[in-house]
Amino acid sequence: MATSTLPERGTGDLAPDEYIRYSRHLMLPEIGVNGQRALRRARVLLVGAGGLGSPAALYLAAAGVGTLGLVDFDTVDVSNLQRQVLHGTRDVGRSKLDSARDRLADINPGVHVEGFPVRLTASNAREIAEGFDLIVDGTDNFGTRYLVNDLCVLLGVPNVYGSIFRFDGQASVFATADGPCYRCVYREPPPAGLVPACAEGGVLGVLPGLVGTIQATEAIKLITGAGTPLIGRLLLVDALHWRQRTVRLRRDPECPACGTREIHDLSDAEQLCAAPVVDEIDAVFGAVPEIEPTTLSSRMASGETFEIVDVREAYELAIARIDGARHIPLASLELRIDELSPDREIVVHCKAGGRSAQAVRRLRAAGFKRVWNLAGGIQRWSKDVDPSVPTY
Amino acid sequence: MPTLNLPSVLTPLANGQHTIDATGQTVGEALDDVVRRFPSLSPRLRDQHGAPYPFVTIYLNDEDIRFIGGFEAPVQPNDELSVVPAVAGG
Repeated sequence: MATSTLPERGTGDLAPDEYIRYSRHLMLPEIGVNGQRALRRARVLLVGAGGLGSPAALYLAAAGVGTLGLVDFDTVDVSNLQRQVLHGTRDVGRSKLDSARDRLADINPGVHVEGFPVRLTASNAREIAEGFDLIVDGTDNFGTRYLVNDLCVLLGVPNVYGSIFRFDGQASVFATADGPCYRCVYREPPPAGLVPACAEGGVLGVLPGLVGTIQATEAIKLITGAGTPLIGRLLLVDALHWRQRTVRLRRDPECPACGTREIHDLSDAEQLCAAPVVDEIDAVFGAVPEIEPTTLSSRMASGETFEIVDVREAYELAIARIDGARHIPLASLELRIDELSPDREIVVHCKAGGRSAQAVRRLRAAGFKRVWNLAGGIQRWSKDVDPSVPTY
Repeated sequence: MPTLNLPSVLTPLANGQHTIDATGQTVGEALDDVVRRFPSLSPRLRDQHGAPYPFVTIYLNDEDIRFIGGFEAPVQPNDELSVVPAVAGG
């Protein structure tokens, strides 16, 4: 019989109608009545009720996990609905926790939902996570991912990990008694700006569905003791070309979290997101100079000329563009730098200002003196100057 | 000939290819060969001193190269190298 390594809590006895609700689980020898009772007793904390957290929460609730903790401080935005299937159109503007409670109660009123309407930080993480058997990492930034990992290592609870970007997904189970943790694989987060944020990079809406359900699967396996969890393995999914494989992960004896145990305390996400490489560049070349969209617009109206450079991807031009801008995707900037004249005043823009800040740094490092970042990117241009430009 | 698999985020830096043939006797030589043809890939695979990043893992078949000799690990003609950067979306 499968056995779980998670702590037992109460009997988890099922009510008569629950034998019908969970009958398809009860028929599986790998789960059965004992596994279903373990699910009923389980307390699972989901950090993030967004792309990954949506399918994970839906399936864990349907599966009969007794207590689901949800950490999310955000409200439902219409741009979430392409992938965050926990929320609906009528929920736009509501807190994600309120929306999630209603949806989960409809799926399974037997599940107790504990909401934490806050951002997970070093100062509140322990208190929130206390008493949960495992944590499902559905966060959307490196800082919180490292915080969740270190929290799991310190508390000794598994980290059911999933992460996505564009068409690529990753999943694993970290921080178990014998397995590696996230820092064994990626010791440190990348410097801010080296990888695009999800809001700028985009993501296939189905992808968090794929990866979030893998996380739910792993959580159920850990709780019931069924099968072989993704401990010591990283599942890689490429949805665009449909390549899927697992690679072997090893526990790193020099890992500062689970190896040498140098990390005794949690660090704030903001500190972990600090960007030493970018800071060094800024120290040498100064902070990225910005120009406000309204300032640029009025200076252009008064007859000044600028070379506006759009460093977004080609598909983004099809959505929205600033008239007259020269398109040089960020990845091609070095190869096409000769197209730009250091004698002209150059304003670089992207969607929100992140990628264009990188471009400004690179241009300044290449000797361009009169180059500015368009503050807030084309989104701010649309809001402050030209509302006919669509936002996305 | 060993091959190098790229995640979709890096394929624009390699003319859209997600699998590239590489020549070399070691992981480092295979990467050198690829970045000679696709220089824009270079700063995404290794830092300016040629050292591995702590946020980009390279696998030789299904083994993390850090545990089998790093860039000096020998490669065989049918081996697959995979670049797996940390991603944080959710």
